[in-house]
Amino acid sequence: MPVLTFVEISGGKIKKASVEAAYYGSKTAEALGTESLAVVLGEASGDELATLGQVGIKKVLHAADARLNNFDSGVYTKVVAAAAEATQADVVALSFNHNGKLLAPRLSVRLKAGYVPGAVELPQFNGSTMTVRKNVFSGKATAIYQVTTPRKIVSVNPNSLSPVRGSGSATVEAFTPAISDADFRVTVKGVDKVVGEIPLTEAEIVISGGRGLKGPENWYLITDLAKEMGAATACSRAVADVDWRPHHEHVGQTGLTIRPNLYVAVGISGAIQHLAGVNGSKVIVVINTDPEAPFFKAADYGIVGDAFEVMPKLLEEYRKFKAAH
Amino acid sequence: MKILVPIAKVPDTTSKISFTDNNTRFNPDGVTFIMNPTDEWYALVRACELKEKQGGEVVVIHVGTPDAEQIIRKALAIGADRAVRVDADPTDAYFVAAQIAAHAKAENYDLIITGKETIDYNSFQVGGMVSEMLDWPCVSLVQKLEVENGVATLRREIEGGSEIVEVKLPLVVCAQKELAEPRIPNMKGIMSARTKPLAVVPPVEVEKLTAVISYSLPEKAKQVKLIDKDNVAELIRLLHEEAKVI
Repeated sequence: MPVLTFVEISGGKIKKASVEAAYYGSKTAEALGTESLAVVLGEASGDELATLGQVGIKKVLHAADARLNNFDSGVYTKVVAAAAEATQADVVALSFNHNGKLLAPRLSVRLKAGYVPGAVELPQFNGSTMTVRKNVFSGKATAIYQVTTPRKIVSVNPNSLSPVRGSGSATVEAFTPAISDADFRVTVKGVDKVVGEIPLTEAEIVISGGRGLKGPENWYLITDLAKEMGAATACSRAVADVDWRPHHEHVGQTGLTIRPNLYVAVGISGAIQHLAGVNGSKVIVVINTDPEAPFFKAADYGIVGDAFEVMPKLLEEYRKFKAAH
Repeated sequence: MKILVPIAKVPDTTSKISFTDNNTRFNPDGVTFIMNPTDEWYALVRACELKEKQGGEVVVIHVGTPDAEQIIRKALAIGADRAVRVDADPTDAYFVAAQIAAHAKAENYDLIITGKETIDYNSFQVGGMVSEMLDWPCVSLVQKLEVENGVATLRREIEGGSEIVEVKLPLVVCAQKELAEPRIPNMKGIMSARTKPLAVVPPVEVEKLTAVISYSLPEKAKQVKLIDKDNVAELIRLLHEEAKVI
């Protein structure tokens, strides 16, 4: 029976993490020789939803109820579970992003379905058994999880795979689960979103600074390059703790975990707690004056040098590169 | 207000991780275990702050073996009033959540606060599962929590910002950074922790939903390619041609 992917909308657009999840769902469906479906909650345009066909979704179940525009884990669980029941989905896929991290465990209980959080590869099937790999111990190891329940849930780590877009178009079908006002228990009072900036967890390139930059007034070294590269900016815990940068930029064990394609660490020594938040990055570049900085051991490319000297050059060279490509 | 704080026991961040039995079991030899950081620093401390301000009780619950006593006593030293240990070696997150939910059903809690994730399996499951088992609302990645007249006002992290939400109690909260400042137990706390009640209870029976069948460590450490600081153009070339990320 089909694979059903939970897809999220933000500002009228499908979230990047959800496109990845939908692609993951479609690839899983392909391996099982079954159909790939999606479920979307809240208002969204039919044209936008139809684009899910490009990543292999055949049909979108759309619960267009305006009350579902805001995320409330309880009622979302009810609706997605109802969609899984209605479609008799064997596998429910979603992103291991902010909302997915809360929705999936609730679904696991409601559907009595074994759940693997933050998968980094496509699942394998052997009869009714599913196995899939995930990171454990903050990226220091991986583990293969096995699920034998009839229904399975898997969430995919953002940036674990690059969706290949085809030319398909998904059909959109209205989905009207039985929900009442009493199901809505979380009321949104306000949103404080940094507009115009790329969300850190969705960024493909992240430029990050640490204490080596000596003070907040020097952050232009980070932000100028980030702007030029279309990158998000991040920082170490030490920097957030002294308020040189906002807390939401802090990556590391107690901050955000990110997995961009390219992570550039400038003036960050690379303590194990920091590495725990970034070691899933595909390529790591470290710029540090100290050749003994532990970060070099986790890096793909490194420059031993002073950020004040290296960063302006890097900006200049990147501009040249951009002009030529 | 009566608050339940589930706490987990995890290997210290700096521990060297290894596996035994043909890579099917985590090897605890030589590993220092600590209270899971987000449980301790944010969930437990915020629970204690709310109790100290508004009155009530903070209970910590741990699902695990007797060797967790030190961690449980630390939680009591930080300010919890009593502790419950469910005497079992947990098999998966669903098992842990079911034990916590069974305890919560038997007592009348207003709030359950736990850390957003544990640093061993990084799976963000227990809070959400407990809330569904109890049919309670749940808010995750919480950076701020105030409670007044049975209504919680919370700030939760969303992609690229934050959101303020209001929820009527009872409620499950998954805590993260900023919710509180880590607290170091004082001498008075440490002394009183020795005599605070710690109940040991048997587990409820739960079916197993998932299993880890094998572990592996990264093949080997990366070999960094160093580029001269006077040849930054080479880095750009490598990122484009070799790594293909720009």
